[in-house]
Amino acid sequence: MSDQSIFVLVLGAILVNNVIFARFLGVCPYLGVSKRQDTAFGMGMAVLFVMTICAAITWPIEHYVLARGALAPGIDLSFMRTIVFILVIASLVQLVEIVLKKTAPALYQALGIFLPLITTNCAILGVAILAVQNKLGYLQALVFSFSSALGFALALLLFAGIRERLALHKVPRALAGAPIGLITAGILAMAFMGFAGLGR
Amino acid sequence: MTGLQNFTKGLWKDNPVLRMLLGLCPTLAVTTSAIDALGMGAATTFVLLGSNVVISTIRRVVPAQARIPIFIVVIASFVTIVDLLLQAYFPILARSLGVFIPLIVVNCIILGRAEAFASKNGPASSLVDGLGMGVGFMLALLVIGAVREVLGSGSIFGMPLFPDDAPRALVFVLPPGAFVTLGCILWLMNDLDLRRSRRV
Repeated sequence: MSDQSIFVLVLGAILVNNVIFARFLGVCPYLGVSKRQDTAFGMGMAVLFVMTICAAITWPIEHYVLARGALAPGIDLSFMRTIVFILVIASLVQLVEIVLKKTAPALYQALGIFLPLITTNCAILGVAILAVQNKLGYLQALVFSFSSALGFALALLLFAGIRERLALHKVPRALAGAPIGLITAGILAMAFMGFAGLGR
Repeated sequence: MTGLQNFTKGLWKDNPVLRMLLGLCPTLAVTTSAIDALGMGAATTFVLLGSNVVISTIRRVVPAQARIPIFIVVIASFVTIVDLLLQAYFPILARSLGVFIPLIVVNCIILGRAEAFASKNGPASSLVDGLGMGVGFMLALLVIGAVREVLGSGSIFGMPLFPDDAPRALVFVLPPGAFVTLGCILWLMNDLDLRRSRRV
């Protein structure tokens, strides 16, 4: 695999096919934890951490256990993908939480409250499934997950910055909260559409 | 609470999408046409019905500490059933819903109802609750899908509404249109509520 294709993969996952603005994965935490920039940063880092580890674990499971003929010829367990992946993610999040608490208390302090929320963040499962469906290699899958998470963090931080400013202005009561947030997100998505065509 | 109230609360008062802002990822992603929206709504309703009934049936034997993983396995099983059924009987719909079919498993509406209702109530009322929430979800998706399809593609359920040379607002079937449409619908609902409370 050439360096160029890695570059295109990174650029595509961060900007062109941004998880939130183009793929609509992880919209709930996007709207939920974007009121302040510091919490947005914490959530972004937690997702970056879990999404990359998750790809590192789900890829071998898919290719050495679930894929057609991987365990033994004639056995196709790919219909179990959803169940297996979600269980892996749920236990992984718990594990990461325990390990962080013991080994890196400072990091745990910063990311701790966001970790339980991540199990139901559809971006994690979605990116894991997309990496498999797009038939990426191991390194490619890792790069894809890492840059997708970067795209998520970027979108979250941009949005949080706008919302912090929005909070200082008078918004009509019927528009305040979610409606203005969604319309803002729409305008941001429009801006991100400008990246379409930046390499396929 | 009567059976009828139990059913109708999901339609308007506690509508999962429009009131509680749950399940936004599929809401935004698969509402480019009314047909896709309906298909997603039906698939989610099926999973919600199945998981609500099973979880409320086993609620007394499930240990409290292990309930979330058990709920997720039950939900993931129903998602796998839906996934395989759609691939077998509605391949076109399955292709256009894509990764969002396995992602039903992380739709927060389903785990939310399992935790908030099915784990505390009997199978019969859980069935009604699931039906109400599912239909509420489907209706919300249908409204958003219809608006986006009419404005963006000039058709409804695939049937053309305008002459071929009429202009179309293509942006409504693109990602920004999803955010803006949902934002405007929430705005309208808030406005209605504010007017009503002012009158009282």
